[in-house]
Amino acid sequence: MNAGSGFRVVRAVLLALFGLYFFLPLVSMANYSVRGKGPLEGKITLHYYAELVRNEDLRSAIISSLLLAVLTVVLMVVLLVPTMIWVRLRVPGVSRLVEFLCLLPLTVPPLVIVVGISNVYTWVNYLLGDSPQVLALAYVILVLPYSYRSIDSALQAIDVTTLAEAARSLGAGWLTVITRIVMPNIVSGVAGAAFIAIALVLGEYVFASLLHYDTMPVALAEIYRSETSTAIAGAFASIVLISLLLLGLSFFNRNKAPDVGGHA
Amino acid sequence: MIIGAFQDGDSGGFTMGNIEALGSSAAVDTLRNSVLLAGSTALLGGVLGAVLSYLIVSLGPRSMLRRATLSVAGVLAQFGGVTLAFAWISLLGFSGLLTEVLGTWVYGSGWLYGLNGLIVVYTYFQVPLMVIVFTPALEGLRPQLREAAVNLGATPLQYWRLVGIPLLTPAFLGSVLLLFANAFAAYATAAVLVSQGNPIVPLLIRGALTSEVLLGQQNLGFALAAEMIVVVSIVMGLYALLLRRTSKWLR
Repeated sequence: MNAGSGFRVVRAVLLALFGLYFFLPLVSMANYSVRGKGPLEGKITLHYYAELVRNEDLRSAIISSLLLAVLTVVLMVVLLVPTMIWVRLRVPGVSRLVEFLCLLPLTVPPLVIVVGISNVYTWVNYLLGDSPQVLALAYVILVLPYSYRSIDSALQAIDVTTLAEAARSLGAGWLTVITRIVMPNIVSGVAGAAFIAIALVLGEYVFASLLHYDTMPVALAEIYRSETSTAIAGAFASIVLISLLLLGLSFFNRNKAPDVGGHA
Repeated sequence: MIIGAFQDGDSGGFTMGNIEALGSSAAVDTLRNSVLLAGSTALLGGVLGAVLSYLIVSLGPRSMLRRATLSVAGVLAQFGGVTLAFAWISLLGFSGLLTEVLGTWVYGSGWLYGLNGLIVVYTYFQVPLMVIVFTPALEGLRPQLREAAVNLGATPLQYWRLVGIPLLTPAFLGSVLLLFANAFAAYATAAVLVSQGNPIVPLLIRGALTSEVLLGQQNLGFALAAEMIVVVSIVMGLYALLLRRTSKWLR
């Protein structure tokens, strides 16, 4: 690419403008969350962050969101990892179908999934009770495309067949092959899948709000008209957490496959 | 759900009433708003995102800034929903940062909470998404093509007009379609931000689903959701077609 000094200046200015557009809302959010209002007028305060834990409803919503994230990750790993290994080893013919099914939720808008699933959830509530944790069943579908890709690329990087055959010929059962031979080799892919699942679940609003479960985003949206600062503090805290997870993910992936733009 | 779209809310019998309700002026207005919103943010995000990807690619493959920008874009493209709405409220809302620094004219009469506000806010996640999907196409533009053009005496302008832009057009259009589908389906940000009425299709679906006034409304929600599927599948079908053409010339 050309890099005359005029172009460099223009580039720097434009990049700075983009940076401003993208970081200003974040900065203003951080600013808003520590700026005292009402009796605390004019002070810099962490009062609203403390309020996140002090407020009974909010605290339980945050806890159920975190539980939900853990549950979704566990369910996703238990469902997806053995299936993908099994398909790769024994029935490679259906791998196209599995891929299609896993990527399907990406093309259907979540809102449409909710509309379709709302009747199912009447039954789920009837059978499993109405704690927010039952949302994990729907969230597994939601995170499927991202998790699939992460685990699939990890599986592609190793020779599963040889590993499994070696283990089998030494007398290992299938369970041992999956949990003790293949799993340790794709742990970075599974970790990546878990990261993105947590990030998605913590920010998910469509399912939770329309099916009437109190997760963190729903609770924050509810209190924002009366306690704006607390809501914004909670939102900022969750952004920081989610960004760290996703940034960690992108570094994870880079270590695995060094990205060198071949043509320079 | 598709079945539900053709069902009567009270009796469960077959009806075209829900589909006909899609033709009512309110539903049509909403659909037009939705398409306008998705279209304008897709174009805006597409153009700005393409410029940004060009700037990033021109930094060179080993630049730290390039890696950092791409990572951040990955994060920001995921950044939607409730938190994004809050971020903009804290910036341009009634007691937002810019409103307090620059004066109340920034707030105006609450434009942030209407369609115009949604355009500004949606662009925020459209641009990074564009960067993610368009950068590979720019990277695939072979340097040999440029060298060949320069050897034949082309000016940079001629190179872009006759070689670069024609090659990138399918990729650009494809990415814009993807952005369109993305904005068309987005719900959470609008649900928090918009305070009055249901100006776009996803909010109208919410209204139909959570309506406590009329019970039969749920089936209208099904019909609206079916309408959304139709729009999104048309867009994604076009996207798949374009994708096939793109891969020919780009590496």
